Amino acid sequence: MKNKFLGIPYIIWMAIFVVVPMFLIVGYAFTTREGGFSTGNFSNMLSYAGVFGDSFLLAIIATLVCLLIGYPISYWMTREGPGVKRIALVVLMLPMWMNFLLRTYAWMSLLENTGILNELFSAIGLFKLINAVTGSNIDHFPMINTKGAVVLGMVYNYLPFMILPIYNVIDKIDARVIEAAQDLGANSANVFRRVIFPLSLPGVISGITMVFIPSVSTFAISKLLGGGKTLLLGDLIEMQFYGNSYNPYLGSAVSLVMMVIVLVCMAIMNRFGDGEETAVML
Amino acid sequence: MSKELIRLVDCVMEFDGEVVLDSINLYINDAEFLTLLGPSGCGKTTTLRIIGGFQQPTSGDVLFNGARINDVPPHKRQVNTVFQKYALFTHLNIYENIAFGLRISKVPEDEIRRRVGEALELVNLSGYERRSVNSLSGGQQQRIAIARAIVNRPKVLLLDEPLGALDLKLRKAMQIELKKIQQEVGITFVYVTHDQEEALTMSDTIVVMNGGRIQQIGTPTDIYNEPKNAFVANFIGESNIIDGIMVQDKVVTFAGHTFPCLDSGFGTNAPVDVVVRPEDLHLTDPEKGHIRGVVESVVFKGIHYEMMIQSPTFTWKVQSTMFRAVGQEVGMTLTPDDIHIMHKS
Repeated sequence: MKNKFLGIPYIIWMAIFVVVPMFLIVGYAFTTREGGFSTGNFSNMLSYAGVFGDSFLLAIIATLVCLLIGYPISYWMTREGPGVKRIALVVLMLPMWMNFLLRTYAWMSLLENTGILNELFSAIGLFKLINAVTGSNIDHFPMINTKGAVVLGMVYNYLPFMILPIYNVIDKIDARVIEAAQDLGANSANVFRRVIFPLSLPGVISGITMVFIPSVSTFAISKLLGGGKTLLLGDLIEMQFYGNSYNPYLGSAVSLVMMVIVLVCMAIMNRFGDGEETAVML
Repeated sequence: MSKELIRLVDCVMEFDGEVVLDSINLYINDAEFLTLLGPSGCGKTTTLRIIGGFQQPTSGDVLFNGARINDVPPHKRQVNTVFQKYALFTHLNIYENIAFGLRISKVPEDEIRRRVGEALELVNLSGYERRSVNSLSGGQQQRIAIARAIVNRPKVLLLDEPLGALDLKLRKAMQIELKKIQQEVGITFVYVTHDQEEALTMSDTIVVMNGGRIQQIGTPTDIYNEPKNAFVANFIGESNIIDGIMVQDKVVTFAGHTFPCLDSGFGTNAPVDVVVRPEDLHLTDPEKGHIRGVVESVVFKGIHYEMMIQSPTFTWKVQSTMFRAVGQEVGMTLTPDDIHIMHKS
């Protein structure tokens, strides 16, 4: 088979830029500043348990919110005609053509204490009303630099990654299968519950994967929208490589642990997908 | 007397202004095996989908037991369908596929177990309960699709070219099996196919369709032996269709010879189409035949030879167990009941 050789450059590329760095991370993770073998990096990590907790919690919330918003949108899109479908897809993709940081900066100016949203609320007299009713004295909602803002940033940035795989899977369900269910007595609620939803699970699983992984490892979103108040895993790792506390050994160890946890989560998720038809994984 | 179950009254179906079905009138009796037969695009599947409730006729009525059911959605009809590509639920195992309809109608669990078992036995797949859909062959999936429909004890089973994806041998075996199943459960089968042999093998009644119209309704024997027009004659089996003149009742002239025949009522000296089946032309010596011709080609078909025989006015297709070499001169004879007369179409 001559075609086999076409794969060689790719394999070399993968080896140099994926496999070797992986080994480097593992190597660094078990090394001290002095160069000796140690598991100290992992025991030091215990003091960062809260960071792990926050990161996973926020990522899980963001993933759930994406699923709750994304699934109905995907389902609605598949029910529409080709014209509406195309427009919906473009609208969905449009923000992704803009730079990720730019989009996040845009949210900053929306959410700031004197930002566009608060100005708007003020202009329509919302704060006056609240102050009058509750006797409080507020002139803005604290939105920026909260965990909520971080989740919002994750949902906003990663929602398309939830919608697209679900949409793709539902859209490919054979119309005859749905007709068969109707034929066997299923009303539309039953058709959805017993046929469309179970058949869409592979899409749900890839959607969850594609939202959860970037959410759990993000650092830009928490930095810009969370104001550095909530330290996430991504921030922690970045700090070890670029911050004052330069410590690539600890950074590697954190990366490694995060990777293992994510892989375990995905393995568990895949069980639900029942192998065989699980779509795009990782 | 068998009882009428379904009736289509003046059903017209248009898609984007194009007429797909043109005033279809049809009744289907209880426990009958009825086949809608025709080339692709003739409207047979559309007719089936109207009965199943997946499409509503542009005009006309669908009656079930005398009641109009035009607006009854598929899930409320006492009709189940076996789809062309089976449309099994890949996320469910065989047991759950068959139990699908029963679960929706909230049949108790122990009855589900019993009925699924019976249905699997009926299609000869007992013991396949826990298998996944994808592990089955086409023929097996097809039988599961039948079991899934039949387990609900519908009044009518609709089958949309269910054997289309199977190979010839399996198809023949399934034809016999389907007929057996239909007789065992005693329900109405409405079967759609473009395969005339399939239709002849299984049906009680055949409805031949073309261009959105019904061409002929009859038993397989009627349709084969007494085709109403040239289309039916050509579509059901093979035919020689030749121009003729009906001299008077029971006398027809074609191919330079005057034959006695059984048909009448065409008037005198009326131009007609004469249909002769290839197996009805009997080969004999040139001087003994009504028609003389020269063998143009011979193909061995297993049971018989198929020959094209050139006579002065027409090239005849002849099927015979007797071999004649290419270039040989032969004679052909016809008896009165081999000759079928039709109005010019």
